[in-house]
Amino acid sequence: MLDWGELWPPIRLTLELAAATTVLLLLVGTPIAWWLARSRARWKEAVAAVVALPLVLPPTVLGFYLLLFLGPRGPGGDVAELFGLRTFAFTFTGLLFGSVLFSMPFVVQPIRNAFEAFGERPLEVAATLRASRWDAFWSVAVPLARPGFLTGAVLGFAHTVGEFGVVLMIGGNIPGRTRTLSVAIFDYVNTLRWTEAHIIAGGMVVFSFVVILAMFVLEKRFSRLRG
Amino acid sequence: MTDSPDTIAARFAGSLGSFTLDVAFTAPMQGLTALFGASGSGKTTILRCIAGLARLPGRLSVGGEVWQDDRIFRFTHERPIGYVFQEASLFPHLSVRDNLRYGQRRAARAGAQPTISESDTVAFLGLDRMLERAPATLSGGERQRVAIGRALLSQARVLLMDEPLAALDLNSKEEILPYLEALHERLAIPMLYVSHDLSEVQRLADTIVLLEKGRVIATGPLSDVLTDVNLPSARRPDASAMLDAEVGEFDARYALTHVSVSGGNLLVPGRIGEPGSHRRVRVAAADVSLVAERPSATTISNVLPARIVEMRPLDDAQVNVVLQLGQDGAGARLLARVTRRSAEMLSLAPGQQVFAQVKAVSMLRRRAAAKTTPPVARRATAKSRGWLP
Repeated sequence: MLDWGELWPPIRLTLELAAATTVLLLLVGTPIAWWLARSRARWKEAVAAVVALPLVLPPTVLGFYLLLFLGPRGPGGDVAELFGLRTFAFTFTGLLFGSVLFSMPFVVQPIRNAFEAFGERPLEVAATLRASRWDAFWSVAVPLARPGFLTGAVLGFAHTVGEFGVVLMIGGNIPGRTRTLSVAIFDYVNTLRWTEAHIIAGGMVVFSFVVILAMFVLEKRFSRLRG
Repeated sequence: MTDSPDTIAARFAGSLGSFTLDVAFTAPMQGLTALFGASGSGKTTILRCIAGLARLPGRLSVGGEVWQDDRIFRFTHERPIGYVFQEASLFPHLSVRDNLRYGQRRAARAGAQPTISESDTVAFLGLDRMLERAPATLSGGERQRVAIGRALLSQARVLLMDEPLAALDLNSKEEILPYLEALHERLAIPMLYVSHDLSEVQRLADTIVLLEKGRVIATGPLSDVLTDVNLPSARRPDASAMLDAEVGEFDARYALTHVSVSGGNLLVPGRIGEPGSHRRVRVAAADVSLVAERPSATTISNVLPARIVEMRPLDDAQVNVVLQLGQDGAGARLLARVTRRSAEMLSLAPGQQVFAQVKAVSMLRRRAAAKTTPPVARRATAKSRGWLP
């Protein structure tokens, strides 16, 4: 009765989605975090609030707007047409877009905190030692903010793995294409397939525990390194 | 203000927040120039403007090179400076060795002539045992030594120091001071040194820029500024004159050393140093008294002929008197603090020839800068032998 082959596609899809989301978020979130940490613009807290919005917004609300945005009649649909598609809704790209937005605060906030924690001084020191701003960013700011990057990446990854509302709204439940683990659990429970639901749910408990534990251990090592 | 290869010429005027700065001064491209003033006088802001870390409207030229004017603003990383902050601010993610090399590598990449080698710096500052260690495991004094080495190795043409001792405890201070003194003696590049501690300035500085509330109130050679009775520094209880002294013979019978200063000779207890070597001498105004005639019997062994240059009342009771040593009054300047009553009884007046009784003399460890050597020659010799002898 238990079909292991049926469990694999959602696991693979979820891991792919979470990995792609994390990479994208580090690329996009780092400059945003840097700007939020360094800028003196008055409206920067407004930007910070927009980035943090998914923390309080019901996922279904975000999913709803994303569906309109990415659908055939939204601007996302117009972009999709350039790629010969009718819509980004119910596609991996759509899922990725939604996940990036939804997990953004979990990545940006720890990195911003880390950038703010060491202040302006190390960057000034680097400048007096002839490092350009770009050079100082890579040789001083990034290494000093490493714990923030670690926390951000882990939280972003884990949060994407567990995302349900947004995924269901813009991804639907297409096996192999948009059916992630959390959607699969929901589906199995609905169809009373308890064994499969148990396996996935239990696996995710273990996964989450291992992730958080690894993060704590690594963070401790970083801080010990620094004294 | 002209751009000379022998000076640092700075002019900054503007506001940073509620603080207003309006300064203009020149400092020689050699020796140590102290920016001295109380906290809030703007000395750190000036240093940050010279480093390019802060930006105020103005003009800055260093050794004939314009770093800032109406059109030009060189960014900090484009200025060949070394900057030592109050807290050592070592990079915590790098070992001592990599901290030292951080600026050195980048200076080499920028094509700077290497004038200071890593091994010389490590030996001079005594860092060889800590190269592999993490900054977090070092003491405060050790950290500041590494920070000084790191600044030097960026092949600086000017060394900027922002109260490098202020964050240290007394022991660490005593640990670092000899290094600063030796640095000052051996380094061919000029140093700008921010401090609010008069004793540090007396020990280290050749030139002083006196600051008050964002303005320069005096600038010049240390001995001239410190003996200027019109300045607040002469009104302090610890007001002193600084003299350059050459060590003479040691009198073994009484354990006294003869030292000569411009316009007179002094006897100092103990063996001071090699005959012929130079030392800096501090004479506190409160330790100098005046007599009209050379006294025949006194326990004070240092009685020097001098001429009164200037007098200025300090308060209702006391008067500050500026003296120049020697029969002809052409020697070093000395400061005396006498009561107004005595001044009237002796009818002291400028131009008058008197005798100065010097009760106590403190020898500062560092040898005074050799003023007789012209700057170019000094720089040339420093260059030819590297920065270490």
